[in-house]
Amino acid sequence: MITGNFDYFAPSNVEEAIKLLNEYGDDCKIISGGHSLVPVLKLRLASPAVLIDIGRIKGLKGISFEGGTIVIGTNTTHAEIARSAELKKHCPLLVETAGQIGDQQVRNRGTIGGSLTHADPAADWPAAVLALDADIIVKGKGSVRTIKATDFFVDIMTSAVKSNEIVTEIRITKPAQPQAAAYLKVPQAASGFAVVGVAAQLTLKDGRCEKVAIGITGLGPKAYRASTSENALIGNTLDAATISAAAEKADTEAVDTMEDIHASGEFRRNLTRVYTKRAIMAAMSRA
Amino acid sequence: MRISISINGVKHDADVEPRLLLVHFIRDLAGLTGTHIGCETSICGACTVLMDGKPVKCCAILAVQADGSEITTIEGLADEGRLHPIQEGFWECHGLQCGYCTPGMIMSAYGLLQENPDPTEDEIRHGLEGNLCRCTGYQHIVDAVRHASRQMAAKAVKAG
Repeated sequence: MITGNFDYFAPSNVEEAIKLLNEYGDDCKIISGGHSLVPVLKLRLASPAVLIDIGRIKGLKGISFEGGTIVIGTNTTHAEIARSAELKKHCPLLVETAGQIGDQQVRNRGTIGGSLTHADPAADWPAAVLALDADIIVKGKGSVRTIKATDFFVDIMTSAVKSNEIVTEIRITKPAQPQAAAYLKVPQAASGFAVVGVAAQLTLKDGRCEKVAIGITGLGPKAYRASTSENALIGNTLDAATISAAAEKADTEAVDTMEDIHASGEFRRNLTRVYTKRAIMAAMSRA
Repeated sequence: MRISISINGVKHDADVEPRLLLVHFIRDLAGLTGTHIGCETSICGACTVLMDGKPVKCCAILAVQADGSEITTIEGLADEGRLHPIQEGFWECHGLQCGYCTPGMIMSAYGLLQENPDPTEDEIRHGLEGNLCRCTGYQHIVDAVRHASRQMAAKAVKAG
């Protein structure tokens, strides 16, 4: 399969890339690892006239720490995150999520920024960035804005990034109890995408749940925070009955559900409840 | 676009369309047909090569994205006609039947053993999940990788 024809630019800095984006408007697409985009181009689901490759821009790749904040460049690959000893210590949820994406070849090419912007409803990253309450930094012509993870996913394959903007980094406040986290998913047998995936990050104090964030991917057209479940946990002692009751509400926020050959909507709802329970239990056991 | 890609240590310069895929650069321009094209949608792993040392699926990479990089294909593994221990493992343990997936399998196994020189059976299966085989049932492939891992460890001890 061959893609349509396009012009190709590989700018060396973000400003140049934004200039190109403004010049070509809706006719262009950004490419980095290309593991979401190239298959789409080959299937001719999209035929942009221009590709802007941000993969060669220095400074958009890597994991760094600014005080209590973890900063991940948009071009950082899933494999780099999965291998990071620093993240394993300070934010193992990222490491656990990265390690479950696709396969080693995909992890070596695919990037966190690309995956987030692509906003596939079955992708893994959305659940994790929601559970970590991440900020996604987006640059446009003369502007920089911060999009909260909760505002980032708009609809199926649609993020809040405008067509003339570029995601530059993902910023995450170091969790108070890094190890009290889990990402559990039901992978599609063939592609490894999440039929349902649940990420949970907890803060426990004197046996009670002080803080919890639960991100859910796969169930609906966009990933979401299971706020009803979270509210049923906060302030309470996390015994089996409390966790079960809270997890029963994990699909409350999902008005519409995905439905395909892998799972019906109702089955996905059930998986969401079951995996929410398991994710909270796993996070607790690791705390 | 003028690009330059090193494949198995040999530099290949060419003027290409931006839409040319890396796998076609390797097969059609460099003439190295050991790298296979299977599903074309980055699922099956038949097209796996090493890009700057790491296994990737080159049917999902544009040749222009690989400009300046170093690629290793199945043809680049044997050392002066002597099979690489992973190739030897596939030979010894009957890790293939039709052979179509084999070059990709071997390149993925190479990546896996680089990260984890002594993988368990589970780790091998997990490490090769990006490569599909429709004939062996995988067991002999797992055996081949374990064989290779033992051979490589023995070689390292000898060399060390």
